[in-house]
Amino acid sequence: MDWSTSLRLVAPETLLSVSGLVLLLVAAWAGDKASRAINIAAVAVLVVACFLVAPALCSGAMGAGTEAFLGQFRADAFASFAKLLIYGGSAAALMVAPAFFDRVGAMRAEYPILILFAALGGGMMASAADLLTLYIGLELNSLASYVLAAFLRKDERSAEAGLKYFVLGALASGILLFGMSLTYGFTGTTSFAGIRGALDGMAAGGLSTGAVFGITFVLAGLAFKISAVPFHMWTPDVYEGAPTPVTTFFATAPKVAALTLTMRIALDAFGEHAQAWQQIVIFAALASIVVGALGAIGQANIKRLMAYSSINNVGFILIGLACATPEGASAMLVYLAIYVAMTLGGFVAILMLKDWDDEPVEAIADMAGLSRTRPLLAAALAMVMFSLAGIPPLFGFWGKFVVFQAAVQAGLVPLAAIGIAASVIGAFYYIKVVKIMYFDEPASKIVGKSDMAHGVLLALSALLISPLGYLLTKWLGGLADSAALALFHVA
Amino acid sequence: MNGFPILSLMLLVPLLGAVACLLSGAKAARMIALVATLIDFALGLVLWANYDIGGAQWQFVERHEIFAGFSWALGIDGIALMLILLSVFLMPVCIGASWDAIEKRVGEYMAAFLLMETLMIGVFAAQDLYLFYIMFEAGLIPMYLIIGIWGGADRIYASYKFFLYTLLGSVLMLIAMLWMVNEAGTTDIPTLMAYDFPPQAQTWLWLAFFASFAVKMPMWPVHTWLPDAHVQAPTAGSVILAGVLLKMGGYGFIRFSLPMFPEASAQFAWLIFALSMIAVVVTSLIALVQHDMKKLIAYSSVAHMAIVTVGLFAFNVQGLEGSMIVMLSHGLVSGALFLSVGVIYDRLHTREIDRYGGLSINMPKYALFFLLFTMASIGLPGTSGFVGEFLSLAGIYQVSSWVTLVCTTGIILGAGYMLYLYRRVAFGDQKNADAAAMPDLTAREWAMMAPLAAAVLWMGVYPESFLAPMRQDIAALDARLARAKPEGDARVKIGTPKKPVLEHASAHGGAH
Repeated sequence: MDWSTSLRLVAPETLLSVSGLVLLLVAAWAGDKASRAINIAAVAVLVVACFLVAPALCSGAMGAGTEAFLGQFRADAFASFAKLLIYGGSAAALMVAPAFFDRVGAMRAEYPILILFAALGGGMMASAADLLTLYIGLELNSLASYVLAAFLRKDERSAEAGLKYFVLGALASGILLFGMSLTYGFTGTTSFAGIRGALDGMAAGGLSTGAVFGITFVLAGLAFKISAVPFHMWTPDVYEGAPTPVTTFFATAPKVAALTLTMRIALDAFGEHAQAWQQIVIFAALASIVVGALGAIGQANIKRLMAYSSINNVGFILIGLACATPEGASAMLVYLAIYVAMTLGGFVAILMLKDWDDEPVEAIADMAGLSRTRPLLAAALAMVMFSLAGIPPLFGFWGKFVVFQAAVQAGLVPLAAIGIAASVIGAFYYIKVVKIMYFDEPASKIVGKSDMAHGVLLALSALLISPLGYLLTKWLGGLADSAALALFHVA
Repeated sequence: MNGFPILSLMLLVPLLGAVACLLSGAKAARMIALVATLIDFALGLVLWANYDIGGAQWQFVERHEIFAGFSWALGIDGIALMLILLSVFLMPVCIGASWDAIEKRVGEYMAAFLLMETLMIGVFAAQDLYLFYIMFEAGLIPMYLIIGIWGGADRIYASYKFFLYTLLGSVLMLIAMLWMVNEAGTTDIPTLMAYDFPPQAQTWLWLAFFASFAVKMPMWPVHTWLPDAHVQAPTAGSVILAGVLLKMGGYGFIRFSLPMFPEASAQFAWLIFALSMIAVVVTSLIALVQHDMKKLIAYSSVAHMAIVTVGLFAFNVQGLEGSMIVMLSHGLVSGALFLSVGVIYDRLHTREIDRYGGLSINMPKYALFFLLFTMASIGLPGTSGFVGEFLSLAGIYQVSSWVTLVCTTGIILGAGYMLYLYRRVAFGDQKNADAAAMPDLTAREWAMMAPLAAAVLWMGVYPESFLAPMRQDIAALDARLARAKPEGDARVKIGTPKKPVLEHASAHGGAH
C-alpha cells in the first residue's frame, strides 16, 4: 500500500477539505457579500465529490484495494453509498438556505463552509475502519453541527438548540470514548479488522464482560447521534430550535453518517458476535418506533413532529441492523436513501410554508385548509406524510418493505410483526397532518411566495417518492446489495 | 385479443382520467370522469366477451419484471373477471350519483374516485403477491380523502377509524406474505395457490390474512368501522364501499386463505361459522332498530357478508358459487339501496327515516325501484339475492344444519328490517309537507337506477351468465380443498329419483 494509492482513495475528502479551507479564506477577505457565491461554489464542490465517490459504488469496490493509510480508512462501495447520500443531503441543505437566511439578513459565508466540513466529517465516519478515524470524523461532523444549530445568533431558540446539542453531544462523545477505550483495552487494537480478529481469538464461550461493556457504551454513544430511544431527548428541541435549513441538514446527512458508522462497527468490528449487541439494537428499534410514534401525536409544531418522525424512522432502520445479515444491511441502505428523499421533501415543504410577511409558519394548526390555498404544496406534503407512514403505493412503503423482508428472512418474525403493528400508531399522526390540510376549513395563513430552488427540490423529491419511484427499485436494490456486500467482505 | 395488454389499459384509463380531473375545472372534471369510467366499462365488456370460458385458468396474462422483488403481473380467472365487471359497472353509476351532489372540489373528488377504480381493478387483476398488497393497501388513501373531505358531519372520526382499522388489519398480512415468499421462493399468486405450506405455519399465516380480510369484509366484531364510514361517506362513496371494497375481503378469502392454507381453513372453519352466525343475528337485530337509513343498510351489509363467509367455508361447490353470487348481488343491491337513499337525501338532506313517509304517492317511480331493491336485498326469488343466498345456504347445509338454521334466520330478519324500512319510507301517510313535495326521479337518476335494476333481475332470472365463467375456477378450488374438507353433520344423500319435486319445494320454502 503506497502513499499514492492512499491519496487517490481519499481524493473526495481532500477535495472537500482543501476547498473548505480556500472558501474560508475567501470568506475572511470578501466577507458576507460573497456568501451567495461561496454557497454556489460549495454546492459545486459537493457535486464534484459525488462524482469522485460514485465509481467505487458502481464497480462494487471492496477488500484490500480500498484501504488507505494502513487500513485506517476504507473507500469501499459501502462508504460510497453513504457518501453519496451525505453529500446529496448537504448540497440540498445548501440550496434551500439562501432564501431562508436572506429574509433575516443572516446569510453568512460561514454557513456553506460549516456544511462542507460537516459533510467531510460525515464522509469520514462512513469510511472509518479504525476507532481513531471514527472519532475524528464524528467530532468534525459534530462540532460543525453544534455551530450550525446556533447559526441564528439573534434567535433565542436557535442559541438554545445549539447549547443543548453541544452539551448532550459532548456527553455522548464521552460515553463513546469510554466505550472505545474499553474496547481498546480488551482487544489491544483500534482497527476494526484487529478488533474483529481479537474478539475471534477470545474464548469460544463468548465475549469477556469488559468487551461487552465496550460494545454497549459505543452503541450508546452512537445511539445519541442517530437519536435512537433512549438517547433521543435532544432531537425535538434541536430540530425545532435550529433554523429550518439546518434541521434539513441534521435530518439527512449526519443521520446517514451516524447510521452507516453504526452499521460498520456492529457488522464489521463486532460482526462475529452479533448476539452480544442484537438485543440492544432490537430494544432500541422497538422503543424508537413506539416512542417516536407516541411522542409525535401531541405535537403542535411541524418541525417537532418531523423530529419524532425521524426517531420513529430510525427505529425501522435499526430493525434491518438487528438482522445482522447482508440482506438487512442492504435493506437499511435502501431505507436510508428513501428516507433522505422523504425528509428532504418534507423539510423543503415546511420551508415553503410562509405567511404574509414571509415569516415561516411552523404551527400545524396554521396549515388548516392548505389544500385549498396552495393545492400543489399540500399535495406534496400529503405525499410525504403518507410516504413516511409507509402507505403504498408511495415509495416510503418500499423502505419498510425491504427492512421487514430482511427481518423475516433472518427469522425475526416476532420483531417484524411487533414493529409493523406499531407503525400503525405512527400512521395516526401522519394522517392527522393530512386531515388538517385537507379536511379543515382554510386558515388562510400561508400565502407567502416560494423560492424557485425550493420548488424544484420539492418537485424532485415528490417525484421520487411517488409510485414512479418503484421503477428505481431494481437499480437502488442492486447498488445497496453491492454496498452491503462490501461491508461484509472480510479481507 | 392475445398479447394486447387490456388489463394494463383498464388500469391506465382511470389513472390518466384522475390526473386530467385534477387539472381541470368542475364541469370538465365531471365529464372526464364519466367518459373515463364508461371507457373502462366498455373495456370490461370486451374483457367479458373475450374471456374464454373453459379455457386456460388464467387469461389476459401480462408479466413484466420491472421491479426488484416483485413484478408487474396481471391476469384474471373467472372470479376476478366477475368482480372487475362489478367494479367497472358501478363506477359510472357512482360518478352519476355525484353529478350534482358534490359541489365543492369536484376535480379532486373525481380524481379520488378514478384512482379508486384503478386500485380496485388492480386488486382483482394482480397476479403478484406484493403487487396485490400494494393495490389493496393503496385504496386507503383515496377512500380516506373521500370520507374525510366530502363526508357528513362526523366525517373526521369516521375517516380515522376507517383508515387505522383497515391498516392495522393489513400490516400483519404483509409480514405473513413476506414469510410465504421467503418459504416458497416466489411471489406468483397462481404458484402460491398450489404450494403446500406446512400445516403448523398455515395456522399463523391464516390468522394473519384473516386479520386483514375480516376487517375488510367486515366480520363481527371488527365491523364497527363500517357503519361509521358508510353513514359519513357521500352517497357514491357508500356505493363503492359497499359495492366493491367489501368484496375485497371475500376475494381475499377465496384467492388466498382457502387455496393457500386449506388445512388451516378447515381448522378455523368453526371460528368463521361462529362469528358469522353471531353477525347474522346480531347485526340484523341492530338494523331493525336504526333510525338512520344508511346505518340500517350498512348493518344489513354486515349480515349479508356473513352469509358470504359461511358459504366460503362450507368447502363445497354450492357454498363457493353461492358466496360469489351473494357478493356480486350484494354489490349491486346494496349499491342500489345506497343510491336510493342518496336520491331522497339530495332532496331533503336528512337520512332520518321518520322525516319521510308516503313517498309512493309523490314519487311512484322511485318507490318502484326502491321496492325492487328492497326485495332483492331480502332475497325474493327472481332477484339476484335469492340465487346467492339459496346456494350458500344449500352449501353450508351439507356441513352443518345448525349453522344453516341460524343463518337462515337472517333472511327472515332481513325481510323484517327491510320491509319495515320500506313501509316507513314509502307507505303510510305523507307526514311531512317537505317530503311530500319532493319531485320524482330525474332522467339522470333514472339512468342510474335502471341498469342496476336490470342487472339485479338478470342475475336473478338467469344466473348462469355469471356462474359460467367462474364454474371451472370454483371446481378447481373445490378440488384443492377436498383434502381438508371437514366432516359434515348432514350428509346430503342423492335419493332415488322418486320425489325430486317435493325436495325442491321444501328447500325453496326454507329460503324465505
